[in-house]
Amino acid sequence: MSQAALQKLKERFPDAVTQTYVGKGGDDVALVKKEAVAEVCRFLKDDPELQFDMAPYITAADYMGSEPRFDLVYQMYSTKKNHRIRLRVGVPESDPVVASVTPIWKGANWYERYCWDLYGIRFEGHPDPRRLYMYEEFVGHPLRKDYSLRGRQPLMPERTVDEPFRGPGPTGG
Amino acid sequence: MSSSSDLDLVPAIATRREDALSGLGKMVSQGLGWARKYSLFQYPFVTACCGMEFMAVAAARYDLDRFGAALPRFSPRQADLLMVVGTINVKQAPILKRVYDSMADPKWVVAFGVCASSGGFYDNYATMQGIDRIIPVDVYIPGCPPRPEQVLDGIMMLQQKIQDQRHQLIGNEPPALPAKG
Amino acid sequence: MAKDTDNLLVVPPVPEASPLDAPFPSKRMLVNLGPSHPAMHGTVRAVVELDGETIHGMKLDIGFLHRGFEKSCENVTWTQVFPYTDRLNYVSSIMNNVGYAMAVEKLCDLAIPDRAKYLRVITSELHRMCDHLTLVSAMGLELGAMTVLIYGMEARDLIWDRLTELCGARLTSNYARVGGVSRDIPEGWADKVLRTLDRSNEMVDEIDRLLTRNRIVIDRTRGTGVISRADAIDYGFTGPCLRASGEPYDVRKASPYLIYDRLDFDIPVGTNGDNFDRYLMRMEEMKQSDRIVRQCFEQMQPGAIASDDPRFVLPPKPEVYGSIEGAMAHFKIIMEGIRVPAGEAYACVEAANGELGFYAVSDGGGRPYKLGVRAPGWNMLMALPQIMEGRMLADLIPTFDTVNMIGGEVEQ
Ligand code: SF4
Repeated sequence: MSQAALQKLKERFPDAVTQTYVGKGGDDVALVKKEAVAEVCRFLKDDPELQFDMAPYITAADYMGSEPRFDLVYQMYSTKKNHRIRLRVGVPESDPVVASVTPIWKGANWYERYCWDLYGIRFEGHPDPRRLYMYEEFVGHPLRKDYSLRGRQPLMPERTVDEPFRGPGPTGG
Repeated sequence: MSSSSDLDLVPAIATRREDALSGLGKMVSQGLGWARKYSLFQYPFVTACCGMEFMAVAAARYDLDRFGAALPRFSPRQADLLMVVGTINVKQAPILKRVYDSMADPKWVVAFGVCASSGGFYDNYATMQGIDRIIPVDVYIPGCPPRPEQVLDGIMMLQQKIQDQRHQLIGNEPPALPAKG
Repeated sequence: MAKDTDNLLVVPPVPEASPLDAPFPSKRMLVNLGPSHPAMHGTVRAVVELDGETIHGMKLDIGFLHRGFEKSCENVTWTQVFPYTDRLNYVSSIMNNVGYAMAVEKLCDLAIPDRAKYLRVITSELHRMCDHLTLVSAMGLELGAMTVLIYGMEARDLIWDRLTELCGARLTSNYARVGGVSRDIPEGWADKVLRTLDRSNEMVDEIDRLLTRNRIVIDRTRGTGVISRADAIDYGFTGPCLRASGEPYDVRKASPYLIYDRLDFDIPVGTNGDNFDRYLMRMEEMKQSDRIVRQCFEQMQPGAIASDDPRFVLPPKPEVYGSIEGAMAHFKIIMEGIRVPAGEAYACVEAANGELGFYAVSDGGGRPYKLGVRAPGWNMLMALPQIMEGRMLADLIPTFDTVNMIGGEVEQ
């Protein structure tokens, strides 16, 4: 079914949709240029044949060392047509700003805040651009690959404990 | 009564052990300890998965009430047992400290589950590695989550500990206020 | 009788204009609820702007249970992620296990044997009951009906007993594995489960009698916390909360996974989208889960409980101890993790609160490169300020209960 969706998307946005492919297990994926996100999303929601009406699940991934560094993922579902599509949007590190889709789906709100909080991708036009999980005093974006696993930033003085011995194993040492 | 159990050395526990005890004082202390150990009013500081197990412990089958510790008080002012149930992360830590500070003496703390005891397997940027880094803890209950039997065991250990501590009727002198500043 | 209940939705008319009903001048004030407020389930902070008792604005602040799920997962092997997924929605952990396992299997293109599918469905449905029981009991407790908690916990304990016999843990069961499940059911377990279900159904009926036609419960839940169908979809609601608003979307029916297409069960759908409907959804779904479990036991055939692909599944123990290849394979999988082919996949299951999706990215190594979770509770919590706008503060409590926000999955 949504093969047709990919086809349609490609016809409608020949420039913005750089590639479409069928991923693992038959997921339909389209790579979309960062500048056209809002436009493509608006189309996906409003087009009578596609009708991706449910708020998408938005997350990001950090492919450090490759260009563009971040990958925004929009996983969408249509309750009317019962089909899914996934958009992947490359976001370069030098300019991590993407248009917000919260005006299109209200439910995108916290997912975008999550991406800002943990990956440092900003969303233009977001109504409430605060961090989602971490506190305002927190410096950096913890899910970036260059943020260390144990980079705690305590809010209050803590008793120090000598690092206890950790055995061998994947995270040991 | 052994007086040198080093379990009791945690500084902030409000038992005035620095005072020497007379024979009468000893009797008073034991009586108070007996009374206090069977009327633990707890403040459940429930955050995470352990809370589900905590609900089970409080319900009919395991029945925390048998130990006089059933009645949760949702105001720290009225509680004397702080049950820290679940993961405490860096953002939550100041709140926990504040709740602890606003409890009246005498007060005890139980760390319920490994997350509260040591951070558990969340050794990362967000999680505090055990609540004993900010507040003193009396009893640690390990397990992820601990089985109810373990919790009951922990409560009984706490009762034993309370019985063994020195308690005193509050004297007439006003308690010393912390220095301003 | 029918008329009476219909009228409950409209505000009863004020009898006479009396001086007592004159508007009471009040100033708006900001009240901070939580995060350690018992009704906020420990981990949500809400700042509400109150005019008298009416909420005029509300801002949520979460993250008090953020424990770095994703970062931790990126640093352990694929198999070691299972315990972390247990603690996402900790009331129904097996469904998280299954969702994650399905995402990895999608990446590996791995088919799993039928018996494993049945076992996954049985345990998932048992945990769905636990989840709904917890919700109903917590709701009862917070509306003042302590008895419901006692019944609900006992019923849940009974189910947990059975799950303990199967997985060894009461709550965090860590049952599914990539390629199957971790162990087969013990002898005589099926009968025991059926007997347990009979008993727990009795308790559910008891709860039903206590709550469903209880005047206080109806008054406090009917017509409160309403969200319309369009809004619910726009916010990305899934699961019982979406269905209470009238949209019959259920992943089990919309895109059947495992063996849900072989089972006969119904999806309850509500009409009003209020707290009462959300509560009724839960009560009905427990009955449907019961049906599913019974059918599964009838259809299930003996067989393997895990795929035998040596790349992804641990070899059987006799082989590990008896042959050098077995020992090597075991060592490799344990120490380095299974080698999941590079790529990305999204798999979703119908968890107790709605669509639970896992977005997994592999770079071909032994550890996840990225593991995102679409937690169903997220969207519900996000919509709370809008639901509560202009409502009474007291309505916040049942609403908070019925949207069933679980800190573990929302804050990860
Ligand atoms: S100890 Fe385990 S069960 Fe308890 S809060 Fe921590 S992770 Fe959850």
